[in-house]
Amino acid sequence: MKRDLQIVDVTLRDGSHAMKHAFTEEQVRQVAKGLDQAGIEYLEVTHGDGLGGSSLQYGFSKVNEMKLIEAAAEECSQAKISVLLLPGIGIKEDLEDAVKAGAKMVRVATHVTEADVAKQHIELGRNLGLKTVGFLMMAHMAPIDKVVEQAKLFESYGAEIVYVTDSAGALLPHEVKERVSALKENLSCEIGFHGHNNLSLAMANTMAAIESGATYVDGSLRCLGAGSGNTQTEVMAAVFDRLGYKTGVELYPIMDVANNIVAKFMPRPQEVTGSSLIMGYSGVYSSFLLFTQEAAKKFNVDERDILVELGRMQAVGGQEDLIYEVAREFARSKKVPV
Amino acid sequence: MGKLKVGIIGSGNIGTDLMYKIERSDFLQMSTMVGIDADSEGLKRAKDRGYHVIDNGIEGLLEKAALVDIVFDATTAKAHANHSKLLTALGKKVIDLTPAAIGPFVVPSANLDEHLDAPNVNMVTCGGQATIPIVHAINQACTVEYAEIVATVASKSAGPGTRANIDEFTRTTSRAIEKIGGAQKGKAIIILNPAEPPIIMRDTIHVLVKEERKEEEITSSIEKMINSVQDYVPGYRMRGKPVFDGKKVSVFIEVKGAGDFFPPYSGNLDIMTAAAAKVANEIAKKQSTFVQK
Repeated sequence: MKRDLQIVDVTLRDGSHAMKHAFTEEQVRQVAKGLDQAGIEYLEVTHGDGLGGSSLQYGFSKVNEMKLIEAAAEECSQAKISVLLLPGIGIKEDLEDAVKAGAKMVRVATHVTEADVAKQHIELGRNLGLKTVGFLMMAHMAPIDKVVEQAKLFESYGAEIVYVTDSAGALLPHEVKERVSALKENLSCEIGFHGHNNLSLAMANTMAAIESGATYVDGSLRCLGAGSGNTQTEVMAAVFDRLGYKTGVELYPIMDVANNIVAKFMPRPQEVTGSSLIMGYSGVYSSFLLFTQEAAKKFNVDERDILVELGRMQAVGGQEDLIYEVAREFARSKKVPV
Repeated sequence: MGKLKVGIIGSGNIGTDLMYKIERSDFLQMSTMVGIDADSEGLKRAKDRGYHVIDNGIEGLLEKAALVDIVFDATTAKAHANHSKLLTALGKKVIDLTPAAIGPFVVPSANLDEHLDAPNVNMVTCGGQATIPIVHAINQACTVEYAEIVATVASKSAGPGTRANIDEFTRTTSRAIEKIGGAQKGKAIIILNPAEPPIIMRDTIHVLVKEERKEEEITSSIEKMINSVQDYVPGYRMRGKPVFDGKKVSVFIEVKGAGDFFPPYSGNLDIMTAAAAKVANEIAKKQSTFVQK
């Protein structure tokens, strides 16, 4: 079918953060099957921090991601599996393995100013015949002309879609519009948007993105993603239907996989809590959430103070080790008994 | 017995910074800077300081091979394979700062003495130089089953070579964590941070050790190691104390450079050139002692 918009479901990748990377094979099979039947064309399955993300720094995967990719692919009749790759964490061999396990799309992600580290991986994606996407993370941290410059690099390496990725859930709708419009104007490939709901703006930002020309938008079921999660997939399906866009996703079946499957194993509701709100407010990478809460507890400091400080330090995605140090520093300077 | 005469191939940032470090080495004599661009900053600086300058690359150096005893290669992995073959054939010692890894890995504070006689030694990666000493130190106190390092460097300190081939950093560092650090399994992660003002290189080392309750031995081994690295990188320091959580040990390091040619935040580049200079100096020292005997 011809779709006006592609809803890419990232529950089984971004949700990995909220699950502390403990998805079981059975959970992955059920979600993948449900998404496939609901008409989702691309669903992402990877460790939250991308291929090779299983580590002490980010948390070990309970089940090897290659096994999960394979399991998800087996359950799908029409849907295809996407994988995330962050150069510096994952390497090209990981992508080759993922393709053997059944991946058909790769999204190569870098910090918004560091696109040039992704050249080899984007080229490899194309050579392997994958649908290849460039993902500019923490898009709130760079001015528009920088975002355009970096997006053009991705396009020049062969990316077929370039994403504005609001990893911190910090962008406001008009800022999404500015970024997506600028890419639409200056690039000839398709544009995508990936949001986080830390300021309760994920759906509004997604609307701003599609109104500015984005054709790929990410979501997670019941918002199961890092921080307060992503734009809610089943809500997007309903909203786009009301707006008259064809997404190929059927409402009742997508709601059923959200509520009958995902909701059953979610460790906590994906609300906008004190700490996720501050992440959006101070522009901190959403996957820092659980690590910050843990450090705050250990050092008996306010998690909001840690997050504001991380924002001030301009921490980027992947710097989870900094959280502990910042918390320790706060405890020391305030003489908080540990 | 005089000092060993040093040639540097590659008059870019690394080569230029290295020149200043050679000047401070007791057993080395800076002799020749080799580049391929007569107008490069490195060649100009070398000339100003009175050194021989060659601007037609390895061919030029081969014509004047008597100028050098030991050669640092700060070009590329691809070029290095050729350079190494030509130079070792002439009996020159080669110190490889590229990811080519033809010769054995050397991290001075961990395995300096093992490879002083090798014709070619490789300096691993910046992240490897900054973190492998710690893995090695922990492994001396308690078997390391798994070691993982996270190197965070300022975007401005990551040159085009590193960026174009970031997987080489990851792969080479992981391998050296096992081979030199002694971990049964190694993993490396690199993060580029564009913050302004640029951040000083930070490294986090997480390991899983075989036994719990070895905290005192591990901490004292790490502290000794920090002193030994500070011998050639004075700005190398541990942030806080090691953190123990069952079998997991985390160590936080900051590497501030000497500020020779690079700004001090580029500890990642500084530790590479400082370690390379240290290795060459030890090779020269050994040869000099041998001759005296």
